[in-house]
Amino acid sequence: MAEQAIPAWKKWLEGIGEQGVFFTRFVRNIFAGGFEWSEFVRQCYEIGYKSFTLVGITSFIMGLVLILQLRPTMVDFGAESMLPRTLSIALIREIGPVITAIICAGKIASSIGAELGSMKVTEQIDAMEVSGANPVQYLVVTRIIATAVMVPLLTMIGDVIGLFGGYIAINLTDDISFYLYFHKCIASIEFIDLIPAFVKTIFFGFAIGFVGCYKGYNSNKGTESVGIAANSAVVTASLWIFVIDAIAVQVTNLLYY
Amino acid sequence: MAEKDDIAVADQSEKVDRNEVVIHIKGLKKSFGDKEVLRDINLDLKRGENVVVLGRSGQGKSVTIQCIAGLLTPDDGELDVFGEPVTEMDEDELKQLRIKLGFLFQSGALYDSMTVRENLEFPLTRVLKLKDQQEIDQRVEEVLEGVGLLDAADKMPSDLSGGMRKRIGLARTLIVKPEIMLYDEPTTGLDPITSREISELILNMQRKFKTSSIIITHDLECAKITADRVLVMNDGEYIAEGSYEELQASDNDFVRSFFNEQK
Ligand SMILES: Nc1ncnc2c1ncn2[C@@H]1O[C@H](COP(=O)(O)OP(=O)(O)OP(=O)(O)O)[C@@H](O)[C@H]1O
Ligand SMILES: [Mg+2]
Repeated sequence: MAEQAIPAWKKWLEGIGEQGVFFTRFVRNIFAGGFEWSEFVRQCYEIGYKSFTLVGITSFIMGLVLILQLRPTMVDFGAESMLPRTLSIALIREIGPVITAIICAGKIASSIGAELGSMKVTEQIDAMEVSGANPVQYLVVTRIIATAVMVPLLTMIGDVIGLFGGYIAINLTDDISFYLYFHKCIASIEFIDLIPAFVKTIFFGFAIGFVGCYKGYNSNKGTESVGIAANSAVVTASLWIFVIDAIAVQVTNLLYY
Repeated sequence: MAEKDDIAVADQSEKVDRNEVVIHIKGLKKSFGDKEVLRDINLDLKRGENVVVLGRSGQGKSVTIQCIAGLLTPDDGELDVFGEPVTEMDEDELKQLRIKLGFLFQSGALYDSMTVRENLEFPLTRVLKLKDQQEIDQRVEEVLEGVGLLDAADKMPSDLSGGMRKRIGLARTLIVKPEIMLYDEPTTGLDPITSREISELILNMQRKFKTSSIIITHDLECAKITADRVLVMNDGEYIAEGSYEELQASDNDFVRSFFNEQK
């Protein structure tokens, strides 16, 4: 194959260019009119339904484990009463968004990549395009916006479940009332903490949808490329999540402190 | 150009200029990597004409029609549809062209997350932007009846047999009544009776709507029924051209062997 002659860095740059083109097509089609509401709602449901259980379980365990791990150290410092506060800050600012996003990368980016990849292989995308319909609008715009909406939502739910896990963990050894626990958790968070955490989950969701769609939509026409699309969607989306997270920290620090 | 009327056309309700060229291809080339698939393709498709393309597997028949529909970009050559060069069209122009162009995929290419009915409604609501549900239902039924699958309307594509999928694919393409039809092996994988029905459906489309078609097939009976003109493709070019009977009697060995081998 002639493609092997192209050096890796050139291919990488080409990939960036292609993603740029794909992104402009996406943006143009958001405002092209005729938003596919029913497909969008269906995607939201699919995404929520697919990831809710896993996000819930993982968040619960995260909250539980974090408290169990933190407790001995905090007790040494005599700062036991700070446990709810520590957990809620860690969970809401960082762990909740990242864990949820990574789970969604595994669940959603891969399934979008595989779904669009197999639509490509079986010529369904070509058929849509050649009929004069708009596959980007129907398939891509709906999915990306659905992930950008659902990942923040799932994160919020995950945060609450995680805090509940922490409550259970504290009650294994101590006795704290449900009301007092959540009061402490919430009191320690300022509204200003919530905004950057929330905004970054929108970006996480966008990255997950975008990468999944890009990989699936541009996969090759062979059966094996469906697997490749799904796999590389997960890897790339996870990478993006950490990059965005790192950028978000910097931006937040610049804005607030 | 449009003045010439001949007798064959005169008795049809809608006057059609049979000499109008709807697809013009000259010197078309396409390679994938080092592999030259289309070497030198030349074809003029006239309005209301059925052209059948025969040729062995992997010769680039599908690639040719994918170029016509703008799914692949040719490397070189002229390619005009309705007098406009496809390669120079922007996204909107291409979309306008595609509304008038029907494409039957070799695989059927049904949208497998949708029922048969939703598949058929898709081009009506998304492309023609029809709103009237009654009209939509009526057209869906009409076209399902045409392919003989009225009772499959509410099934999922995964519940259909290969031949049924193909017929639904055909129905989905015909439902918008395109001016040009590109059929990629419309009868492959179907039983002889259904094959004949599909061939007759293609012929009917031509008669009723003056559709111009390129029909890729390995099915000689389909070619016999539908073809006004037959082209034989080999090594990236058309090596023979003529009516079905002419080619059957050809003195070119390859062409003759093609006709005999499948008899
Ligand atoms: N998108 C593509 N990328 C790379 N190679 C391709 C692509 N599409 C087709 N080819 C190659 O072009 C050649 C011709 O393919 P094409 O599908 O046009 O054959 P065909 O004449 O339609 O055969 P069949 O009768 O089996 O359908 C094949 O060798 C195929 O491997
Ligand atoms: Mg083919």
